[in-house]
Amino acid sequence: MSSYWRGLRDGAPFLVVIIPFAMLFGVLATEAGLPLHETLGFSVVVIAGAAQFTALQLLNENAPTLVVIASALAVNLRMAMYSASITPHLGRLPLWKRGVVAYFLVDQTYAQAILDYEKIPNQTSSEKFAYFMGVMSPICPPWYVFTLVGALVGETIPENLGLDFALPIAFLAMVGPMMRTPAHRIAALVAVILALAFAWLPFNTGLLVAGLGGMIAGAQAELRLGVAP
Amino acid sequence: MSGSAEVWAVIVALGLGSFGLRFVFLGLVGDRAMPDWVLRHLRYTAVAVLPALVAPLVVWPNATDGDPDPARLAAAIATVTVGYLTRNVFAGMGVGAATLIGLTALL
Repeated sequence: MSSYWRGLRDGAPFLVVIIPFAMLFGVLATEAGLPLHETLGFSVVVIAGAAQFTALQLLNENAPTLVVIASALAVNLRMAMYSASITPHLGRLPLWKRGVVAYFLVDQTYAQAILDYEKIPNQTSSEKFAYFMGVMSPICPPWYVFTLVGALVGETIPENLGLDFALPIAFLAMVGPMMRTPAHRIAALVAVILALAFAWLPFNTGLLVAGLGGMIAGAQAELRLGVAP
Repeated sequence: MSGSAEVWAVIVALGLGSFGLRFVFLGLVGDRAMPDWVLRHLRYTAVAVLPALVAPLVVWPNATDGDPDPARLAAAIATVTVGYLTRNVFAGMGVGAATLIGLTALL
């Protein structure tokens, strides 16, 4: 199977997460009075769920423009960590391909790609790029399409289906195979404890504390336990 | 709600800012070698950030207005455990979804 198709297959389950989430954004943006082109503009130009919801909510509350922008960008700061983490794998690509990857770098594409790169380490840069584009295909274009559907239809998928929990399940299913060594398990454990302890911090900044704390814990564990990476 | 010019200002600024955050290392570092200590930390980015991202959603689910829910907790534990033991993402997702649906129907 080609790298692209492998990626497409691995990204496909995320449709269950993307469709309701995108429709919800379309509905809420329309209810907030945004015309169709602005609603779709958010999903195409910003392409970041949590940041879009934050911006929408603050716009609704008539917060100052700079506050809206700064708050939503704070929610997106983890993207810089993803960028750093994926650079050892994709840094050799031509600049335009790195630009394409950067545009499509969201939680789901990052997580699935990095899981695959660690599982199959001997891939070339172009195989890794093709895999990334495969993962992206059932995630990013549907994000635009179902934002539009939500805005046009004006109805979300019923909440009692338990779909709110599709996102945690999808990510947790990937975390399992990522916990390869004691250092990885320590990193995950420390990150979870910090995430719960700092959940009260505004604009998702608790996530940054937890992520950085987990990374430091993992790196320290690797050094002190002499774990092979 | 704010005017159209302001909404577009937010969209464009957020778009540029988000792309900047995503491009900063991919674009500026590229294939230049990073120091060992940096790489050592980056190896644990995914395994730290993803559990941190979902932990609050598991313990305080939106659907129950933040009240801990036994079905969701059990589904989360089942998902990680199966994913860890089988190293298979699809197996983890399947068992997690089945646990959630089954327990929600029972409880």
